[in-house]
Formats: sequence, C-alpha cells, structure tokens
Amino acid sequence: MTTLEPAADDVAERAVSSDTPTRRAWMRLRRRKSAMLGLIVLVLLIAMAVMAPWIASFDPAKQNYIAVRKAPSALYWFGTDESGRDMFSRVVFGARSSLLAGLVSIAIALGLGMPIGLLSAYRGGWVDTVISRFTDAMLAVPFLILAIALAAFLGPSLTNAMIAIGVTAMPIFIRLTRGQVMSVKVEDYVEAARAVGNPAYRIAFRHILPNILPALLVQATLSIAMAIIAEASLSFLGLGQQPPAPSWGSMLNTAQRFLTQAPWMALYPGLAIFLTVLSFNLLGDGLRDALDPKER
Amino acid sequence: MTEPLLEVDGLGKNFVAQRSVFGRPTAVVKAVDGVSLTLSAGETLALVGESGCGKSTVGRLILGLIEPTTGTVSFKGRSIAGLPPTELRAFRAQAQLIFQDPYASLNPRLTIGQTLHEPLILHTQMTRQDRSARVGELLTTVGLKPIHARRYPHEFSGGQRQRIAIARALAASPKLIVCDEPVSALDVSIRAQILNLLRDLQQQLGLALVFISHDLSVVKHIANRTAVMYLGRIVEMAATPALFAAPRHPYTQALLSAIPVASPAARGQRRILLQGDPPSPIDPPTGCHLHTRCPRAADICSTSIPALLDTSDDHWTACHRWRDADQRAFQLVSELPMSPSLQRLVDAFRPMT
Repeated sequence: MTTLEPAADDVAERAVSSDTPTRRAWMRLRRRKSAMLGLIVLVLLIAMAVMAPWIASFDPAKQNYIAVRKAPSALYWFGTDESGRDMFSRVVFGARSSLLAGLVSIAIALGLGMPIGLLSAYRGGWVDTVISRFTDAMLAVPFLILAIALAAFLGPSLTNAMIAIGVTAMPIFIRLTRGQVMSVKVEDYVEAARAVGNPAYRIAFRHILPNILPALLVQATLSIAMAIIAEASLSFLGLGQQPPAPSWGSMLNTAQRFLTQAPWMALYPGLAIFLTVLSFNLLGDGLRDALDPKER
Repeated sequence: MTEPLLEVDGLGKNFVAQRSVFGRPTAVVKAVDGVSLTLSAGETLALVGESGCGKSTVGRLILGLIEPTTGTVSFKGRSIAGLPPTELRAFRAQAQLIFQDPYASLNPRLTIGQTLHEPLILHTQMTRQDRSARVGELLTTVGLKPIHARRYPHEFSGGQRQRIAIARALAASPKLIVCDEPVSALDVSIRAQILNLLRDLQQQLGLALVFISHDLSVVKHIANRTAVMYLGRIVEMAATPALFAAPRHPYTQALLSAIPVASPAARGQRRILLQGDPPSPIDPPTGCHLHTRCPRAADICSTSIPALLDTSDDHWTACHRWRDADQRAFQLVSELPMSPSLQRLVDAFRPMT
C-alpha cells in the first residue's frame, strides 16, 4: 500500500468523534454569543406571546376614557393609548399577531418559493421560462400594493393577511432559490451525485438544498421584519388583525397621529418590533455560520 | 478475445454554441465526432489530447451523464441509451466517475461518511451497521482511517480528498471507472501516490479504467492502451508502449515531442512539430482536422477525412500519410536516456506500488 500524508492530530479526532453533524452545528451556534442572545430574546418573546393573559396587567381591549393617553407610570407601565387602553398589555398581546404574521407568512413564502425555485432552476426549459416570467410579473407590482390587493380579495382577517403577505413575498424566494440552484447545480459534486445514481429528488434535497440554505436563511430573517411591518400596514387599512385585538404594527400606525402628545404610544410597539427584527437577524446570521461545517 | 465490457460506436456530441433570436441553433460545436473504442474488463485505456479536444465529453457520454447526438455506448453488450430507470441505476452502480478537482467533487456540507454511505444506500440492501463497516473498509482501502468518516471535506488535503473520491467510486463495487484527469490538480508527490493507488485497486478488483489526461508521462505510467484525440476525433490508438515508441500520426508525434526531457543532451534535438493554435472547433478544417498545421499535409488531407484504420498489430491510425512519417527523427527524442538524478527519482516512486 502507498504511504500517506499525515492526518490532522489525534486530539481533534477524539473531540469530534462522538458528535453527529446536527450536534456539531448546535455547538457552533452555542459559541456565537450574538446568535444565542437573539435566540434567547426570541424564546422570551414567544413565551410572552403564549402566556400573554398571565403577563398582561389589564385586558388589552378594555377602554378607559378616564385614563386616555396617560404617560408611563407605576400603574400603566407603558402608558395608555388614545382610548385609555393599557399599552403594556397591548404590547404583550400584540406579540401574538405580530410574531405570527412574521413567522407564518415567511413560512408560507419560503415553503412555496423554495420548491418552485428549485423546480424552475433544476428543470429549466419552458418550466423555467413560465415560472420566471410569472415571478417577474409579481415583482413588477409594488410589494404592499400586491399584498393589499390580495388581502382585500381574501377578506379581512389576520389569517388572510398572513396568506397575502406570504404569497407576495414568495417571488423573492423563488428568484433567490433559482439563482442559487443555478450556481450550485453545475458544481462537480452535483454531477458526482448523479454519477453515483441519485434520483433527482435526492440530488435536489440532499445535495443542492443544504448548500443554498444559508442564503435563504438570511433572506428569511430579513423578510420576517418586512412581514411584521407589512402586517402593520394591512392592519392600518383594516385588512390585518381586526380591532380591538392589538398588533404592534396597528399600534404604531395609530400612534403616529399622537407622536407629539403621546410618544410612548409609538415607542413601545416600535421597540418591540425592533427587538424582534434584531433578534431574528442575529439568529439568522448565527445559524448561517453554524450550518457551515467549515466554521469553528 | 472475450466480449468487451464497454463498446463505444460512432459516438458524437454536438453542443449548440450560438442561437438565433428564434432559438434556432446557428453554430454547433462537434465536441465529439465519431469516436469508437472498446474496453475489456481489467484494462486501462487512456484518452489524451489538449484541452477542448472532447476527451472529458467522451467520459461523460460513456457514463450516460449526457446524451449523445449520434452513436451508441454499450455496457456488457447493452446500449445504455433509453435504459429503464431500474436498469439505469444498476448501470450507475457499475460505472463510476472520478473528477479532476477533489476540492469541487465532494459536497462540502456532507461528512465523508454521509458521502460514502450514499452509493451503498442507493445500490445495496445493507443495514446501517453493515454500511458503516463497509465505509470503514473503503477508507482503509484508500489509505485513510475509518474514523475519518465523521469529518468534513474541508478538513482534508487535496490528495486525501481524491482518495475519498476514489472510495466513493469504489463503494458500489463498480466494473468501470472513468477517471477524468484524476491527478492534474494534485502535487507531483501526491500524484504518484494516487496513480499507484489506482493501479493497485485495478489489479485487486479487476477494474476497467478510462483514464482521461493531458499528461503523457502519467499515461505512460498507468495505461495499457492509449487513444489520442484531436478536435473531437481519435487520431491514433494503440498499446501504450507501441504508441510511445513509434507514434504514427503526426499529431501524436508532435505531442510526444513536446514532453520536456530532463537531459542536457536533448537540447537542440527537440523539435516543435506543430505551429500555431488549434483551430476553432466551431469551424474546424475540412478533411483531416490537422491538415492546416500538419508538416506532412497533402492535397488529399484537406478533402477527405482519414478513417481510423488498423495499420498493423492493433495500432490504429487516422492519417492518409502515416507511411511517410519520419519516425527516425522522433525516436531520437524518445530514446534519450534519463539523467541519473531523474532516474533515481523515478526509481524512488516504484517501490511504493
């Protein structure tokens, strides 16, 4: 037998020998402080949304015209809004619709966009042409206009708003997936996968998908922010979360009329959105790195 | 002679280089043009030629990774075109590919174990434990350790990666491996290791190899037979020693004369037999593709395509004027002794086989 170039040292060998790829990715994520911070904040936010009735100090929809636009105090932690509703309770309950709107609509966008993009790039030919032109047509219409039109068509409710935002955000994911697949599918290892005898679906999901996931992940975390804002706009038009149930976006929209008299009405929902979006981005960045086996 | 493992007949592949506005092809590159060859079990056939001559395309056509425009590829007497899916999979188990660039041919997001499990999952009914055992065995065969299965490609050097690629090719116990420039991307020292590994494996497992290369010294080391390609056609095919000792086609002679000889005695004796660049494959010369550059070209060369004929002893040549070849001048170069230091280096690699 032939001689060998020496392998890496045995210490490293023992360290990794008992770990599965998933576990190693988790270890890499744990090492990233900012990503862990994002994850913790998100977990807290989600816990807050789930346990809202126990956390909120008031009924978020209960109006109290004696205490309209009160500044933050010991009783009303975040102040009150123009109908005398407790802002803290509304921010807590608003997490439900806002987080849902962000997560579900992007899940829809990714869930539809990724397979369609994969199909488009992998099949090529007329399938690709039809899908690409359709995507172009959707992207030609401004994002919000399309979402509003769809939501109006589907009828006003939070579920329909999420579907509308998801479908409207889908072309971005189709485009991105398609571009990424086009560049990955000509790699030698994809041809090697074909030569080994992999069926098309296995090549797509085992060999191509993991290699394009980082870009999709980053786009998804960015899009979640956009979806939360879009839900706010739809709520403002009465197409999203139905009043009096709160959502961060609709609270912000109401607050802008009182910006000089009651800035806290904008401050707290704004902070909540900021915190959520930042956490998603931090986590997304961290995940992207953690999923790359080359990282430490 | 037994039935050949692989039979390639009149293989041609056209690529569209240019399309009109309406999508009609306006320019076609004949990357491969009427290539015929056979390969028996346990034999190594080298395909040599300069870049763009179609040798890699032939390799991919042989494996059915791309569809031929004309001609057929038969494996064990059956054409691989239009095989039903189950039989195509069976064929994929028996015919494998090793790539030139070991940095690109391994999926960076799969561990070595995951990569090596794949052909076993696809082509065998082994249990998980059996597969793991086989993966360990494969890694040992190519000179790595079973524990390396848990690592990722980026943790290995180029030579080690190429060993992994070889292990992947071997996993499903193939009969035929197409090696597409398997050592071109590697350092010279690693190159010898990989070549010796391939040769050892071939002897142990009775593999047939199609060895695609532009490096004649490598080909001389490993191939039983050599086919020389120029602009999509085979111009000469013969047993490797015969081809290197007495090339009959002017293109082969030019190729061999271009091998650097590490000897001061060869200075001044080297002859550049061909001038200029190869012509554009979109618009190749009529007749013999070489006639524009050939020192022996006659009128017939520009009008009629020379057939690949058995000129003697299974030495196939596609040249109208091979009899007029000035072989004596060529042999001056090929028979030069190696310098003592080079000889020592060559000997040093030999005990490793």
